[in-house]
Amino acid sequence: MKPFEMHPNTDIAWCPGCGDFSIRKALIQALTELDLDPTRVVMTSGIGQAAKMPQYVNTNFFNGLHGRGLPLAVAVKSVNPSLTVIAEGGDGDMYGEGGNHFIHNIRRNPDIAHFVHNNMIYGLTQGQGSPTSPVGQKTTVQVEGVINEPFNPLAVAISLGATFVARGFSGDIPALTVLMKAAITHKGYALLDIFQPCVSFNKVNTFKWYQENTYILQENHDSGDRMKALALAFEKDPYPLGILYQVENRPTYEEKAPVYQADKTPLIHRQRRLTAVEALMTP
Amino acid sequence: MRNSFTIVLSGEAGQGLQTLEDLIMASAGEEYHVYSSKEIMSRVRGGNNTVEIRLATEPVAAYQETIDYLFLLNDHAYDRLDSRVQDSTVIFAEESFLKGHEGGHKQLLSLRAMAKALGNPIYINTLLFGYIAGILDLNQGTCHDLISDRFAALKPAIIASNLKAFDEGRRASSDLDLPPTIRKTSHPVPLKILNGTTAVGLGALAGGCNYISSYPMSPSTALLVFLSNHARDFDVLVEQAEDEIAALNMTLGAWYAGARGIVTTSGGGFALMEEALSLSGITETPAVIHIAQRPGPATGLPTRTEQGDLNLAVYAGHGEFPRIIFAPGYPEDAVRLTQKAFYLADKYQVPVMILTDQYFLDANFQMAPFPLEEAPLESFVVKTDKAYLRYRLADHPVSPRGIPGHGEGLVKVDSDEHTEEGLITEDFDVRQLMNDKRLDKESLILEDYQAAELIGPEDYDTLIIAWGSNYGLVKEYVETTDRDKVAFLYIKQVFPLHDSIRDYALAARQVLVVENNATGQLAALLKLHLDIKVDDAVLKYNGEPFSIEEFEAILKEALL
Repeated sequence: MKPFEMHPNTDIAWCPGCGDFSIRKALIQALTELDLDPTRVVMTSGIGQAAKMPQYVNTNFFNGLHGRGLPLAVAVKSVNPSLTVIAEGGDGDMYGEGGNHFIHNIRRNPDIAHFVHNNMIYGLTQGQGSPTSPVGQKTTVQVEGVINEPFNPLAVAISLGATFVARGFSGDIPALTVLMKAAITHKGYALLDIFQPCVSFNKVNTFKWYQENTYILQENHDSGDRMKALALAFEKDPYPLGILYQVENRPTYEEKAPVYQADKTPLIHRQRRLTAVEALMTP
Repeated sequence: MRNSFTIVLSGEAGQGLQTLEDLIMASAGEEYHVYSSKEIMSRVRGGNNTVEIRLATEPVAAYQETIDYLFLLNDHAYDRLDSRVQDSTVIFAEESFLKGHEGGHKQLLSLRAMAKALGNPIYINTLLFGYIAGILDLNQGTCHDLISDRFAALKPAIIASNLKAFDEGRRASSDLDLPPTIRKTSHPVPLKILNGTTAVGLGALAGGCNYISSYPMSPSTALLVFLSNHARDFDVLVEQAEDEIAALNMTLGAWYAGARGIVTTSGGGFALMEEALSLSGITETPAVIHIAQRPGPATGLPTRTEQGDLNLAVYAGHGEFPRIIFAPGYPEDAVRLTQKAFYLADKYQVPVMILTDQYFLDANFQMAPFPLEEAPLESFVVKTDKAYLRYRLADHPVSPRGIPGHGEGLVKVDSDEHTEEGLITEDFDVRQLMNDKRLDKESLILEDYQAAELIGPEDYDTLIIAWGSNYGLVKEYVETTDRDKVAFLYIKQVFPLHDSIRDYALAARQVLVVENNATGQLAALLKLHLDIKVDDAVLKYNGEPFSIEEFEAILKEALL
């Protein structure tokens, strides 16, 4: 059994044919190829079908509240920077309920990987529109079609200064594995938005639709060009897949934190001296 | 009430009242028993704010309504104070500040002209400090040192000018023929002047706090500021979160990974944290939460005081899970209870709340230094082995807590109901076992109950119960009243409540509860949890603390 693999009898709660299975396969492959130690990896997540991912990967995890995977991730990484931290969830979880955390963690630039399954629909709650649903799509709630403009996570991330912004597709596991490895090894906040079909509730953005409406970025794409990357983030029909933007060597949140300026020891390994506190209690 | 002497400074936001209060408290505190409290408007500039400094022959920690010496710092400083001025009050002010007001003895004090003579209106506050120092006969060297420290960042010439202004002010008041103030005190050991916020902050540092993520909200923010200022020296990671929801979720992430975190917030911010409190409950992730109460509902009175969020703290969060709530009433307790909060959060893997309020946090007390206990720094984190199960039922009710990266095991934590391993389950039997495991911690928590303090005669027939910031008030009352057999029970752990409280109540003929809220929230909890019949609830909920005079008048009517 691979180190991150679960017991074969594990009951997985996803629908048969769900893109989540492929994403899981790519994730375990990426973690394995990076030769990471499961005891040194932490996954955080919120609620939703995608957010169940940590349940099916044998590593440390904190599966918290809907929308709140990122606050957990940045905190874990900041008190123990020696851990590898991945926050994972769906489009509703990370861009809707957790939208404020998405914005502000880009600003922080913690050294974490952020994987967002984007199927443009709410799955676990059975088929409501998501922040990324296209205008006009009919859903169980938007019965006459979605009227709000879809959220553009990649454009938002690039404009806010994210240091790694990529898009993958669950239908191409080898390419997704490469993107995941790049995101995990990237120093700083790495957003990987992952297109996936929802076989139960999204009859518009199907596997075939994604195949027909995406293309893989050319190898000669200059991922260091922020304005070019922003233009790519606005491209649709077809949507580009790959690393749109990456900038190296930006200081991370942990590196910038005052508490790590004079001492790189993880916070959790430092000792408190009560004599110093008592000194503050003396006039 | 105690023999005391009250000085009130009345001015507006931005006039330097805070600096004056600090300087007077630090210098007068060496030679008197002192206590200061303030009431401020919710604005950055203008309005009317007052600072009260109470000097006494014995320790005091209660607000006094009547004023002995009143200093007016502008032309609208008198407007809200008529009712606090008596015939004997001496009012120090520029002529123009007194217009339209009767009462009291007027003592002209032209700080503006004095500052002008010194060459700069900026010296007004230092002049006034000197003037008050002259009245109180404060040690000149001490005052000079305080001024030099306060303005250490400024040029030597400016410091020298301030010292001159101080001396000028001191000289101006020394030869006045004023009514006497109060006898000085010789403190056996120097006392630390500190406010409630600092006491909570010291307790957090003493409890091993190395993480704070919070969103600013009055009156809770000063704790975030305190820990920020000590972040480097004490290895505290400070994060101003994007919202309160992030703040508590981040704090849970920090505890999960092995840190000791706190959030500081007020009622409105805490309301936003409720779901995360529930997450702390089901995942058995420790948390320490400082709730600085102010009057609600909603925005309420942002800079005023109330004890209206006890019910919020007791019932916050969906589902059923244990919690601990402390309500310190004086600085030593704020230090010890906050320190203990971290210890108990770690030991029982539950959220622990420190419930304070604006009045307590902003009031300045005197505290004798005391040695801190090492024990609360003890970590309950275990090194995991390969077979580690985060929620092992054999360890009912407290399964040892591992953290990621420490040992060979994996630490799996889930907000869904979970198995011993931490995986999602819908097995009804497991659900019940896990629920019992969480709730059964309460009996252990009660074994660690922070006992209530009885002040006054053991053979009381009247028992006054209070919590949190009313400590100083009720203590002063029972220690000075001419009624005998009146005692004060100060409840510092307000949840869960221990049976021992009932025994105190049963021994009394009359039980009164004193609270700064409209509905008697502790009184209701005492009835619900301990079946204590409260005869009278003495309540105040207009945004102000009780004054000692008001309290004496109320009790005169209320006592059998």
